[in-house]
Amino acid sequence: MDIDLITNILYATVRTGTPLILVALGEMVCEKSGVLNLGQEGMLLMGAVVGFMAAVTTGSLFVAVLLAIVAGILMSLLFGFLSITLVSNQVATGLALTIFGAGLSAFLGSSYVGVGITGIEPMSIPFLSEIPIIGKIFFQQDPLVYLSFILFGVVFWIFKSSRIGLQIRAVGENPEAANAMGINVHKVRYMAVIFGGAMTGLAGGYLSLAYTPLWAEGMSAGRGWIALALVVFASWKAERIMLGAYLFGAASIMHLVMQGLGFEVAPNLLAMLPYVATIAVLVLLSSNHMKTKLSAPMSLGTPYRPQV
Amino acid sequence: MKSLKTLVTALTLSATVMAQAADNVKVGFVYVGPTGDAGWTYSHDEARKYVVDQLGDKVETSYVESVAEGADAERVIRNLAAKGHDLIFTTSFGYMNPTLKVAKRFPNVKFEHATGYKQSKNVGTYMARAYQARYLTGLVAGKMTKSNVIGYVASFPIPEVIRGINAFTKGVREVNPDATVKVVWVSTWYDPAKEREAAETLILQKADVLTQHTDSAAVIQTAEAKGIYAIGYHSDMSAYGSTAHLTSAVHDWRPIYLAKTKAVLNDTWTKEDIWYGIKEGVTDIAPLNDAIPADVKAMVLAKKAALKAGTIRVFDGPIKDQSGVEKVAKGASLSDGDLKGFGWYVEGVDGKLPKS
Repeated sequence: MDIDLITNILYATVRTGTPLILVALGEMVCEKSGVLNLGQEGMLLMGAVVGFMAAVTTGSLFVAVLLAIVAGILMSLLFGFLSITLVSNQVATGLALTIFGAGLSAFLGSSYVGVGITGIEPMSIPFLSEIPIIGKIFFQQDPLVYLSFILFGVVFWIFKSSRIGLQIRAVGENPEAANAMGINVHKVRYMAVIFGGAMTGLAGGYLSLAYTPLWAEGMSAGRGWIALALVVFASWKAERIMLGAYLFGAASIMHLVMQGLGFEVAPNLLAMLPYVATIAVLVLLSSNHMKTKLSAPMSLGTPYRPQV
Repeated sequence: MKSLKTLVTALTLSATVMAQAADNVKVGFVYVGPTGDAGWTYSHDEARKYVVDQLGDKVETSYVESVAEGADAERVIRNLAAKGHDLIFTTSFGYMNPTLKVAKRFPNVKFEHATGYKQSKNVGTYMARAYQARYLTGLVAGKMTKSNVIGYVASFPIPEVIRGINAFTKGVREVNPDATVKVVWVSTWYDPAKEREAAETLILQKADVLTQHTDSAAVIQTAEAKGIYAIGYHSDMSAYGSTAHLTSAVHDWRPIYLAKTKAVLNDTWTKEDIWYGIKEGVTDIAPLNDAIPADVKAMVLAKKAALKAGTIRVFDGPIKDQSGVEKVAKGASLSDGDLKGFGWYVEGVDGKLPKS
């Protein structure tokens, strides 16, 4: 394999991993606060359809991205209201949100099928994009990819060294104790859920505005679920989510490239590669059972009822 | 007085409806994807709407979309049958056994299964000779390529898909013996992002005309963005790339759905194994892009007319396989049975056929 080909593969890898990173980082924050939101797929589709509709009607891609984020936030508020305020079962509510989002997005988007738009184009960053190899791989992408780098930094910093990160973790580990310390559990959980919704809405916008600038029903094709699994396998660590998402992306691209190069492996086996490789690596990383157990939020999935 | 008249009219009307109960059919459709996929399911739903337009209140249709192939399909089909549908179209290969199973329990309901090969007393099958349109689009691709590499994004190595690849390649090689067709399998019917990545991979390997046998328009869009040509499938995909889109191989299920619904209305339905193509208008090509030179357009349309008249067939010999061995002699042609079980590549396809 020549260096050009490898560069091209890695370039495509970053693009493929981006929607997974956005969804998984958002869900990680949400889960750290003790809330399990299985509605990612539905929120992703809502972000995609609203973003696309906005791009067609307003003609502004910037507005489109903003509205995709708003759509994700609105969906997450609905989830938050049901699961935090009304203390409903998080698993059931999340699944309902996925079904609801898939249906509503199909309904909203039905007259936008077959409409073409000019999507978000790649934008080279001056100087950085001229670094050999690295520049091509990371700095000739589209603006939303750069945004994913920044958001990774933000999430990483939140849990590494910020007060709010500690509060989120406290709420996710032991809400009663956090409450006793004077943390408003519901407020923190709402904020985490909304952050997750915004991230997933953004990822939806990435799909329908940048990755494949079109709207088709169910176009997320299960990426919300893959991101959910990624959070667990990455044992709630932002850097491992990043690694896992790119690994998954690289393996998906390899599945296609290897066929072109004439490797005689059944494509169905190659199609398994992303899943197998990602799970294998992340399981190896988290082979220390005790440590993994510590990183899982203790009260994940348990609704919090304030004591009266 | 007026209200009395209305009442009488209403009564007479309802009486008429009662008497003509047999003149009203309920038709159900089971779709594998969403109706908004701009591909396979979309083409079926267009035909359903056409039947409603044509037959008005003589027909009542309902559909269930995104039904997974397997256990769930049987439940959905049984539900439709139990709800009093007279005719049920099940529009994906994987519905074959569920359809047969339900048909056994509802002997008075007629079933039509798309792309399958098993019939029974009240189950007929229908399919489109899409490969004829594939061949015509192959002629276009062969003429339009400059790099002599044509990319083909494919779903799963089953006979239907392989037949399309072979027909397309046959068209390509007929007008351009130096060109080859490169195939990339994505192992899914529908995932726009993955289809795009497959298209990009093919472009990296010098392909300058792309086509696909998957359900979204992502390949066309990628071609448009990269400034190369593409050929769509299932429905006219020109909206996704007016410059890139040369033509599409399209299905038009309207003739079949209308005829079958009418047959049930008139009580003349019989089980058949239908394989319609260009001749019956069930398979066609979308309008040709103006980027295609006039003489090429004329040639393609002449070939289409010849297919329609039956003077040529797509798989007329001589046909060689990839290793150069002659599989079909000059003067012979592949039978429908051969076509339905296609398991090898014709000469001109680059790459090895994976075992499915």
